Amino acid sequence: MTNPGAATWSFDEEDLAALTQTVDRFLADTGAHSALIADRAGQLVATMGRPLSFDPTVFATLTAADFSANDQLARLIGETDFTTLFHQGEKESMYVADVARRLILVTLFDNATPIGLVRLKMKPVVEELTAHLDRAYTRARELGTTQPNILAGAGDEIDELFNW
Amino acid sequence: MSMINYAAREINCKIVYYGPGLGGKTTNLEHIYGKVKPDTRGKLISLATETERTLFFDFLPVDLGTIRGFNTRFHLYTVPGQVYYNASRKLILKNVDGVVFVADSQVERMEANLESMQNLYDNLAEYGYDVTRIPFVIQYNKRDLPNAAPITDLQAALNPGWEPADVQRARITPDPYHAGENLVDQLSSGEWVEKAPYFEAVAINGDGVFDTLKAVSKLVLKALA
Repeated sequence: MTNPGAATWSFDEEDLAALTQTVDRFLADTGAHSALIADRAGQLVATMGRPLSFDPTVFATLTAADFSANDQLARLIGETDFTTLFHQGEKESMYVADVARRLILVTLFDNATPIGLVRLKMKPVVEELTAHLDRAYTRARELGTTQPNILAGAGDEIDELFNW
Repeated sequence: MSMINYAAREINCKIVYYGPGLGGKTTNLEHIYGKVKPDTRGKLISLATETERTLFFDFLPVDLGTIRGFNTRFHLYTVPGQVYYNASRKLILKNVDGVVFVADSQVERMEANLESMQNLYDNLAEYGYDVTRIPFVIQYNKRDLPNAAPITDLQAALNPGWEPADVQRARITPDPYHAGENLVDQLSSGEWVEKAPYFEAVAINGDGVFDTLKAVSKLVLKALA
C-alpha cells in the first residue's frame, strides 16, 4: 500500500518513465488523444499524448478540486468516495480516475472513442499505476535516511532567492 | 504537502490565503497577478459568484526563482470567506504548506476576524495540522481606513502567541520585519511566547502584498531545508 500520510513526496525520472509508458499504451489502446496526471493537491505531475491546447497547471488544480468536491458529495450519500468521474461534452469528454488516493489520471477523448472502451481499459491501467507508485514509495522508504535533501543547508540560498 | 518533481526539476508548494469575507484575500492575488512577469505566472482562476464573491477558490501559480537547479513553483489559493462555505474552505486546506491569514483591520470586523481564525484552527486540526507548527503569517489589511484598529489591539486579539514547539526555539528571536519587536520572547513570568510574523497592508494599492508573500514562501522553503 502507498502511504498517504507522508508530508512531502517526490519522484524521479524512472518513476515518470514508468507512469508515462503505462499511460501511453492506454492511449494507444483506446484512441483517447491526451492524458494528464495530477496529485490530489492539484499539482501537475505529467502530461501524455497529444500536446494540450490549454494551461495544464490550471487544469490539474481544477480537476483536483472537482475530485475533492465529489468526494464530499459521495460521503453525503453514504459512499466513501467516487473513484471515477465522467464529464461528457458535445465533442470532447473526460474520464477522471483516482490512483491509490494519491494521483488523479485524466483522460481526454473525442467522439471517435467509445466511453465503454475507456472505462474497460481504465481498471488495469489504474492497477498498474498503483503498482508503480508502490514501488516508488518502497524505494523511498528504503533509501529514506540516505537520500539527500536537495534543500539541506540551503538557508542562505533561500534568503538570496527572496532578495528582491 | 510539497511535491518535488525531479523529472521536471520543480518544487511545488501550496499556500492558502485565509480570512473573513471581504477582507482582501482575492485582492492580494489580483495584485500579485498584475505585478509579476507574465512568463513567471499562470492564469488567475476565480471560481466566484456573479457578484464576484469567491465561491470555491481563486488560484494563481507563480514561479519565484530557481534554487539548486529546481524551479520553485508556488500555488496560491484563496478560500471563500463567508461563514457558510466551510465545506469548500476545508477542502482547499488539504495538503497546505503555508497559510496567510488576511485580517480586516476595521474595528467592526474584529469579531469576523476572530471567528475566521478559530475556523482556521479547527479546519487545520481536522487534517492533523497545527497552525503553530506550519509556516504561518498574518496580514493586517485595510490599514488606510480611518476605522482601522491599532496594530497592538489586532496583535493582542489575533496573534497572542503560543508556547514554542520545542526548547530549541525558546530563545529571543528578533522580528526581522519590525525593529524592536521579537517573534520569540520571554514574559516577565518566565514563560516563552512565539508569535506569527505579521504585516500591515493596503492590498488594493499593493502595499504589504509582496512582503507577505515573500515571508510565507521563505518559511515554506526553509521548512523543507
